[in-house]
Amino acid sequence: MSENILEVQNLIKHFEVSNSVFSRNKKIVKAVDGISFDIKAGETLGLVGQSGCGKTTTARSLCLLDPKTSGKVNFYNPTSKSMESIDSISEEGMRIFRRNMQMIFQDPYESLNPRWTIKDIIKEPLDIHNIGSFSDREEAVVEILRTVGLTPPENYLARYPHEISGGQRQRVSIARALVMKPKFVVCDEPTSMLDVSIRISIMDLMINLANDLDVSYLYITHDLAVARYMCDRIAVMYNGKIVELANTEELLQNPVHPYTKRLISSIPVPDPTYKREVYEITQNDLDSISNLSDNKNDLYDIGNNHYVATHKIEGLL
Amino acid sequence: MTDYALEVKNLSMHYDTLDGNVDAVKNISFNVKSGESFGLVGESGCGKTSVAMTLLQLQPENSVISEGSIKVDGNELIGLSENELRKIRWDSISIVFQGAMNAWNPVIKVGEQIREAMREHNPESSKKENIEKINELFKMVGLDESIADRFPHELSGGMKQRAVIALALSCDPKIVIADEPTTALDVVIQDQILNEIKKVQELLGLSLIYISHDIAVIAEMTDKIAVMYAGSIVEIGPTKSVFESPKHSYTRALLDSTPSIHGEKKKLSSLDGEPPSLINVINGCSFSPRCPTPTSGCRDQTIEMGLKQVGDDHYADKCCSECV
Amino acid sequence: MENQEFENDLKAKFKKNWRLFKQSKLGMTGLAIVIFFAFLAILQPLLFLTNIWDEATYHPVVGYDAEQISRTVVQCPDEYPTEKYDTKDDCPRLDEVNIRYLKAFGIDAEVGDSYLSNVQPAPPSSRHLLGTDSLGRDIFSQLMEGSQVAFLLGLISAIIGVGISTLLGTAAAFYGGKLDTYLMRQSDLVLMLPSLPFLFIISAFAELKVWHLAVVLGTLGGLGGSVITIKSQALQVKVKPFVDSARITGGSKRRIMFSHILPNVAPLALLYMVFSVTGAIASESVLSFLGLLNIDMSWGIMIYLSQTEGFIFTGLKYWWLIIPAGLAVTLLAGGFYLVGRGLDDVFNPRLRRR
Repeated sequence: MSENILEVQNLIKHFEVSNSVFSRNKKIVKAVDGISFDIKAGETLGLVGQSGCGKTTTARSLCLLDPKTSGKVNFYNPTSKSMESIDSISEEGMRIFRRNMQMIFQDPYESLNPRWTIKDIIKEPLDIHNIGSFSDREEAVVEILRTVGLTPPENYLARYPHEISGGQRQRVSIARALVMKPKFVVCDEPTSMLDVSIRISIMDLMINLANDLDVSYLYITHDLAVARYMCDRIAVMYNGKIVELANTEELLQNPVHPYTKRLISSIPVPDPTYKREVYEITQNDLDSISNLSDNKNDLYDIGNNHYVATHKIEGLL
Repeated sequence: MTDYALEVKNLSMHYDTLDGNVDAVKNISFNVKSGESFGLVGESGCGKTSVAMTLLQLQPENSVISEGSIKVDGNELIGLSENELRKIRWDSISIVFQGAMNAWNPVIKVGEQIREAMREHNPESSKKENIEKINELFKMVGLDESIADRFPHELSGGMKQRAVIALALSCDPKIVIADEPTTALDVVIQDQILNEIKKVQELLGLSLIYISHDIAVIAEMTDKIAVMYAGSIVEIGPTKSVFESPKHSYTRALLDSTPSIHGEKKKLSSLDGEPPSLINVINGCSFSPRCPTPTSGCRDQTIEMGLKQVGDDHYADKCCSECV
Repeated sequence: MENQEFENDLKAKFKKNWRLFKQSKLGMTGLAIVIFFAFLAILQPLLFLTNIWDEATYHPVVGYDAEQISRTVVQCPDEYPTEKYDTKDDCPRLDEVNIRYLKAFGIDAEVGDSYLSNVQPAPPSSRHLLGTDSLGRDIFSQLMEGSQVAFLLGLISAIIGVGISTLLGTAAAFYGGKLDTYLMRQSDLVLMLPSLPFLFIISAFAELKVWHLAVVLGTLGGLGGSVITIKSQALQVKVKPFVDSARITGGSKRRIMFSHILPNVAPLALLYMVFSVTGAIASESVLSFLGLLNIDMSWGIMIYLSQTEGFIFTGLKYWWLIIPAGLAVTLLAGGFYLVGRGLDDVFNPRLRRR
């Protein structure tokens, strides 16, 4: 029985940008323009798109780092066992929300405070939420270090971030994010800055942890191949809107939206004998995607848990 | 023979630092034919950018070339004076840098910057000739003529990268080095640019040295590749051959850890640990600490290193060719 | 076990930073100068404590020592030039004394007599390495006393200044809004203030001793331009992912400001501390020179005394009254600046290794 952990309806995030120092004209950048999706317990949803499509903005809005412009975000409150809206949340509810929602960042060099020891970094969430006694917290840190593969844990407790490698730092980030056993973790391209040969070990770690701790992930990446490895479902974003949303293999085998097809066919294949054919779409086609109705991102159900945004290109619907 | 546009033999280079000698490039040898596309694959710290810089003799001040030769069209580069090198750079061999998008001078128009390079190497050509040439180059890389009159900040990332490629081609070099030219770009733009590069290469008969950590791009762009690890080449051979039957453990690890959207979803494997420090050089195979299938000789580090032939024009490190 | 590792790591960090600092010639030169003057500052009390120097003779303020030399009594003529003397100033010479001067003090003497008088100020000798001033006080001792004052003043005002500017700069960056606007305008105001005239005014209202001056200088420095620089550094830290991470986890604003942002701004603040010592030392010497401070002895006071007693315009005749003090101010102020430049290489973020 999997219930929703997160429900997003018509999420909108607009930024105001002024054209020049002196001008009063403000341009509105519609970073996220009315997207909707749900995430079930224990599921990994991938948010795939190129830079500027709005995936990072979405992540930040969900984590309440930047306030959303409008839209409904409901999250599952494990205490009251019901969905609660972020907008009408009590202080207690906010605390529960914070305990259950964490984020892992892309840059292993900037996501850990260089002046804190590994132990303090991982312990901080427990300190903030006053969980357990002091010795309980130390034990929890040691335990999670072991879980993420940094063994023996005693070797890492007193170290500083600059003394360990990029891959190890990401493990620390993961440890910190999971030490409170949250229900939901937003992962913003956690492996894109790591060496190719160690990406898989980090991704495998995250998959195992998801299964063991029953955590849901919103996995953000520009790399469809990585999304395939990690995600149960994938949402493709372009210019602030979701253009297609489906189960992973279904999306890759039967892409429907032209942008998705273009994206899939542009990815280089690590096989010199493979003849790749690019699905061409014109700039007009791309423009018409962004000119879909403003502030709305309606997705149409075409069966098999497969949704597509409306499109004016012929032969679609 | 002089069939080769580029011949590199036994090239070794280290950096002189406060902490000791950093052996960045260890005994590298490879040849690139005219019109051939050669790939240099490896992860961060393997030395591929150091090789690129050394090919143009642009290595930093604290670096020392301890041995080796680099021959461009039969002419030795090492030991030439700065003046002689300046004639050769861009004229015979040019480079598209990593992050080259940010290498434009923000206060000078793009076209003017390219003309600057052309004036340096062809002082006799007139401004009109140069402008025509630039228009031709832009057409080749898919840019509109008007771009020449724009400033770098007015262009998108993809446009800037195309302009950088035009810049690299502006003095008709025979060899172009491309050091991760599409790393920061979107997949769709990357695809377009890779196509432009292939087109241009065929059109002009260029030799292309493509450096990247992206296995997939290398697979599509190159005829022959060399896999680098900790400063040495561990495997070298025709791209098809290396991908089909990789002989070195590291090559296999790289291929096995690359997820793909095509084919069966297979279980991928990963390497433990991290690339070694290039300061504390160990004897024998530098990959042995992380190798999933080391032999006793590898572990003892008593193996004598060197490339052994494992196929048609396909070579791999002795240690791995023996334990496969 | 954990503490040991922590200590080892601290030592390793320090060693690495020291190596980087050593590379900077400017920094090492500055450090040598600072160490030299620190040594001087410590030396004086040591000399007194170990009785190598006795206080009666060598105390910088109340010591007294004078050489006595025999001088010939002469009568200075009324008109010049004469055979012996070219101008009025030439009479009496250093080894002569005017009879009129003696008669004014009621001392009976006749031309041609020998008169024992004290030499004040006395030039450098074996007993007084840098001579004595017009009150018979040892110059070298005064120099060392001045060194103590300079260090005290410099370091206290620097610590106060840095403390204030770091807090304010970080708060401005973190809270933004009205607080930020207010603090920036305040900084602008302080920047615009001509600091020396402002100090003149303050000294008119209050008797400024070393401690008072340190607080005033520190506060002025702390509220000025350094707030803006610290704020910009704090802003850079504020947008780093680890701060986002703390916010997402639910960290309070206080926690984020004090535990995350402040420690990352501290190295830069330390750097500014070193630079502001320079200003403090220079300010003190100017204010003392103008007689505005209530300090017993400092380098500024030394120069002040030379000036009020008219020795400044005697050229190099009484050089030991002017040059040691002036040189000391320049060297130490400059020395701290050079150390700051050396530290810049160590702490500057652009050297961050990946």
